[in-house]
Amino acid sequence: MIDTSITLRLEGIKKAYGIGTKAETEVLHGIDLILKRGEFCALIGPSGSGKSTLLNIIGLLDNATSGKLFLTGVATEGLDDKAITKLRATAIGFVFQFHNLLPAFTAIENVMLPLIAANGYPNDEMRQRAIELIDKVELTQWGEHLTNDLSGGQQQRTAIARALVMNPALVLADEPTGNLDTKSADTVFDLMRTVSKTSGTTFLIVTHDPRLAMRCDRIIELIDGRIDSDKPNITNMNKTQ
Amino acid sequence: MNSLLPFEWILATRFMREGFLQTLFIIAGVALGVAVIVFMSSLINGLQSSIIRRTLDYQAQIIVLPPEEVARSLRETETNQANSAILIQPRAQRLRSVDQWQKVRELALNIKGVTVVSPIVSGAGFVLRADANRAVAITGIEPETYLQLIALKAKIIAGKPELTTSDIVIGTELAKDLGVWLNDKIILQTASGASVTLIVCGIFDYGNKGQNERAVYVALRTAQSLLNLPGGATSVEINLNDPYQAQIVGEQIQTQTGLKVDSWITTNKELFTALYGQKITFFVIRLFVGLTAALGIASVLVVSVVQKSKEIGILRATGTTRIQILRIFLLQGALFGLIGSIFGSAASWGLLIAWRNLAKNPDGTPFFVLSFDPMYFVYAGLGAMLVGIISAVFPAQRAARLDPAVAIRG
Repeated sequence: MIDTSITLRLEGIKKAYGIGTKAETEVLHGIDLILKRGEFCALIGPSGSGKSTLLNIIGLLDNATSGKLFLTGVATEGLDDKAITKLRATAIGFVFQFHNLLPAFTAIENVMLPLIAANGYPNDEMRQRAIELIDKVELTQWGEHLTNDLSGGQQQRTAIARALVMNPALVLADEPTGNLDTKSADTVFDLMRTVSKTSGTTFLIVTHDPRLAMRCDRIIELIDGRIDSDKPNITNMNKTQ
Repeated sequence: MNSLLPFEWILATRFMREGFLQTLFIIAGVALGVAVIVFMSSLINGLQSSIIRRTLDYQAQIIVLPPEEVARSLRETETNQANSAILIQPRAQRLRSVDQWQKVRELALNIKGVTVVSPIVSGAGFVLRADANRAVAITGIEPETYLQLIALKAKIIAGKPELTTSDIVIGTELAKDLGVWLNDKIILQTASGASVTLIVCGIFDYGNKGQNERAVYVALRTAQSLLNLPGGATSVEINLNDPYQAQIVGEQIQTQTGLKVDSWITTNKELFTALYGQKITFFVIRLFVGLTAALGIASVLVVSVVQKSKEIGILRATGTTRIQILRIFLLQGALFGLIGSIFGSAASWGLLIAWRNLAKNPDGTPFFVLSFDPMYFVYAGLGAMLVGIISAVFPAQRAARLDPAVAIRG
């Protein structure tokens, strides 16, 4: 039975590096986690707690040593590179801290790229879809600019537009506001909240910034490769709902 | 973005435009390589075919001769007997006719690729005029076929090589020695004493003193009667469409007739060794030029993969497959090769024209004719593209193997 209200389910995810050598170290010690549709979660934890590793595993950029991962009900175990790439492209959107965009392309083209990659050729519908998203992130005038002409905040908004272009169930954001000033950070964050609410996309945001974490619906704290706490953020719930 | 262009093409061309200076340099490098190769191909092929043509101006491609006469011992050596001292002297070769040369001619004309077959009667003799006499090599020819075989007509500087039985064509040097010119009479005599008075109807200049001194041409019948070979021909000479088939066609004639057959390829072994050596040298040069271009393309792409590793990571994270990444870089290699070869072809075209106008003989004729084959450009283009793709394999594989997680983080 596939439960459509569950976007992501992790069962006993473990990750070890240097397996079989003396330096074998386990960085994730069995993570169980369920993210529901439309949830807006923060993943916090000190450096070296395994946040990035966990995010890469969820984003299908890295393989777990053991454990099971279900993305929109699909088990990812045993899929080949092509199937993984396809699942990643359709189910997950990424927003990274740096280097999100291809500087050789305009904002609109950057948003189109995942669609073109999936289809093989560009077409006008893709362009329309990209323009809609660029409008949504309020970059209408900047759509035809090369991404190096955009400010940091504008680049992150473009990245969000690109993350949403395939209508993913889950958006993974790794320090999305890490290198932005407070004002731009707020704009980007608010945008993600709005998208999550209107489209039912699940967000998992890795952040060091307690101020941002406090504005999410759920805060998952990772310490030394284990989930230390996982609780709804009541203060925020009260404030926004 | 044009909806006819595939994803890989869009990415490859944008990446190339982004690294404009790198692209420019590598394309210039490939262009230079292609220009050198095309120019050298034209030059060397032109030179070689000009040497071969000059050689074939003065000799037939295939010569059919009577079989050599061999002396046989009268006493059979028996196997059980002690080897008796038998001395067999090789016998002197008489001047003989090719047996049934008309049949040989017929047979040769039926072989595919044969353009002309001409019977020859040749032998030694003297020309006499007043007190002067000179030893000459007599060649009795059938003008209508022989003039297609040998470039004699082009070398005539006075008169015409239209030989009747009472005419003779001599060289400039001989004419000077004898003090004769057109329409003068000279006596042609052979060692056996037969002689005939002939009228000089043409004078040639082969540009070679020995030839101009020694060679005389008379009508086939004149030579037949002088050399006492009525109706005979001492050799049958054959030309083909493709001179390089001479060996094969020669062997075919030899097996069918049992006669002795020489082809110009065996009689000019030295020349062929030289030409072959030139070809090998040229091949090696081509190889190294190609290798240099390939290494250039490969190094530019390796650097590009490193520079773009984060972008490749992003592409991989947002749904680009390994195969697509591989193709993006292979395509860049192919494009470097193709664009480079277009510029290189244009440059070599210019060079060839300049060469044709500059390298001239004093009389204004080209020093040697360049063989100006447009197919060189096609080959160069395809070759450069192939080299581009091959040299892109390694960088492209590196790009495709990049771990997106590492690439984005690093």
